Amino acid sequence: MVEFRMPSLGADMEAGTLVEWLIKPGDVVKRGQVVAVVETQKGAIEIETFQAGRIDKVLVDLHSKVPVGTPLALILAEGEEKPAVATAVPPPAAVAPTAAPSLERPPMAPARPVSPVRPRVAPGTQVSPAARRLAQERGIDLSTVTGSGRDGAITYADVERRAAEVMAPAVPVAPAERKRAPTLDLGAMRVAIAAAMARSKREIPHYYLEHQVEVTACERWLAEKNATLPPEGRLLFGALPIKAVALAIRRFPAFNGFYRDNKFAPSPAVHVGVAISIRGGGLAAPALHDVDQLPLDELMRQMRDLIQRTRAGRIRGSEMSDPTITVSSLGERGVETLYGIIYPPQVAIIGIGKAVVRPWVIDGAIGPRSVITMTLSGDHRVTDGHAGALFLAEIGKLLQEPEKL
Amino acid sequence: MKQEPIKTEAIEITYREAVREALRDAIKRDERVFLMGEDVGRYGGCYAVSHGLLAQFGPERIRDTPLSESGFTGAGIGAAMAGMRPIVEVMTVNFSLLALDQILNTAATVRHMSGNQFGVPLVIRMATGAGRQLAAQHSHSLEGWYAHVPGIKVLAPATLEDARGMLWTALEDPDPVLIFENVMLYNMTGKLATDAGPVDIDKAAVRRPGRDISLIAYGGSLWKTLEAATTLAGEGIEAEVIDLRSLRPLDDATIMASVAKTRHAIIVDEGWRTGSLAAEVGMRIVEQAFWSLDAPLGRVCSEEVPIPYPRHLENAAIPQATKIVAAVKAALGRA
Repeated sequence: MVEFRMPSLGADMEAGTLVEWLIKPGDVVKRGQVVAVVETQKGAIEIETFQAGRIDKVLVDLHSKVPVGTPLALILAEGEEKPAVATAVPPPAAVAPTAAPSLERPPMAPARPVSPVRPRVAPGTQVSPAARRLAQERGIDLSTVTGSGRDGAITYADVERRAAEVMAPAVPVAPAERKRAPTLDLGAMRVAIAAAMARSKREIPHYYLEHQVEVTACERWLAEKNATLPPEGRLLFGALPIKAVALAIRRFPAFNGFYRDNKFAPSPAVHVGVAISIRGGGLAAPALHDVDQLPLDELMRQMRDLIQRTRAGRIRGSEMSDPTITVSSLGERGVETLYGIIYPPQVAIIGIGKAVVRPWVIDGAIGPRSVITMTLSGDHRVTDGHAGALFLAEIGKLLQEPEKL
Repeated sequence: MKQEPIKTEAIEITYREAVREALRDAIKRDERVFLMGEDVGRYGGCYAVSHGLLAQFGPERIRDTPLSESGFTGAGIGAAMAGMRPIVEVMTVNFSLLALDQILNTAATVRHMSGNQFGVPLVIRMATGAGRQLAAQHSHSLEGWYAHVPGIKVLAPATLEDARGMLWTALEDPDPVLIFENVMLYNMTGKLATDAGPVDIDKAAVRRPGRDISLIAYGGSLWKTLEAATTLAGEGIEAEVIDLRSLRPLDDATIMASVAKTRHAIIVDEGWRTGSLAAEVGMRIVEQAFWSLDAPLGRVCSEEVPIPYPRHLENAAIPQATKIVAAVKAALGRA
């Protein structure tokens, strides 16, 4: 019996709301199968199981918000019998669904029934333990509750009253409406970006390097290659630096991985996060997996799919949490140079500016050439500028032979 | 609590008579049982509990002792260790301090000190509490002190059933049991089944169910607490009243189940507030039922003075129904 838990879909995710089950008890699931959709501050994310088997039991109701790590379902491994005595699973500790993340809030405790999460409440407000527990169970944000107890303390009855108010409008929601495709909540996404970026600038000592790379060879090669391909299969320039970064990492593993608990753990796999802007002002950087192993056309196909799904608000959980390095490109409409802010717990972000035609010296003569400015924002706790310079140079070198990418 | 339900006829009886019936029953049941204490024989006991027993059972079973608590309590311990089942009566808990060395250093420790070779199956009964204008040397409630001591059990029968039923169960216990009889209860009358018999001595009892607040009391305070609960019911507050019955061990399960339901608790204890049994009960609630609490815990205890002699001051010094009502309203924010 394996517990399928609420995954962490990013460094700042504390809790997620289960909005859709794609399985039901009795279903057989494969490893990697999408089994549920979870609404996070970054939008609705499809989450996969890493355990093959049969769904035994679903533990969390739709629309409940639970902390990361909470068991969501029980999966029986293939051939495993249901145990005679039901596995004791602590009830999920719900959290206030309306609670916006606060940077000042202490990290949320893992789901333990005896240690409820600390609800958000204005300093100085007294909340009885029973009221706190009820608020947690019913998902009531204590900052929305008016206290009626001694000295304005929030009591059990106050939370009960508030819970009744909160629940009331939810009743008329038609089932059809509840099943609608989850959409992106750009407001929440902005809050999540704010939290991640503020944390990055607070914790990560960034250093910045810039390197200009001539990409005429790339453009020429792309033109030849795309001439033979149908429009939907054509390669875009953006895929080439992503692949080059992934290949360069083989020689510079210190830029690929996570910095956690005061130490860096390099990742054996290269999952490149691709910064994708969303109309209306959102931004996400989901992963392309094992980019160093992907042929360019497959990389391109996956990139198109990822961009499309991200903009539709359907990103898989593993795509959100897996990136080991990020590549950000503002594309053709963008600027020549961009310096990224590292997405924690990653340790590097590569910025790709738009290609511009410049006078360039080749073999002692000046000629027009397409040039991009590539930047590296590196985490100085893990690497130094020297290594960063060599890393950028390696990426540039790889881009000179696009046919080998 | 497994009190025998009243299935046969009930008779009108006082608490004093219920204790006397318990003594009579024990002496009849077991020839090893005898009662020993100051004035228990010819005088019939300072609260007349043993009145008539000397005539019925003779001086072998009902033994008057010199005014020496340490001496006769020690004799009781020796008799118990040697195989008898003595019941030692001490006039009041204040006087029991003269026997404290025997109770604490001997009775409570012999089983441990002897490597389990000897036990002390002794029962010590004593009166406790204020309210009869007996002043500061006869009126204190020190049962909470005894509840501090491992090796003994401490009982506080508050009802006729417990006054009648706890003694025999206590005599069957292989270790010392102290029974505290509140002086204000001796004249309490009520109905008791003619076949009332032994009761358990380790469970608390819910004497009145309620949903709004748990009032935890014992002994003489139980009736004041029940009176307060009746008053509160008239104002729409349903208090649950718990009778601890046993002060050591404490029945945590009954207390916590009640607090989990009502989310509020007031402890009523005639002991002084500081270091009281009420403090122990309150701490256990915080340890075990913290997340159920909806308001700070409260206590109604005795004022921190020697119990006064004048009636109005004596009444003001100890818990009363009006104080309990006020404490409940404060806890529920209705003050």
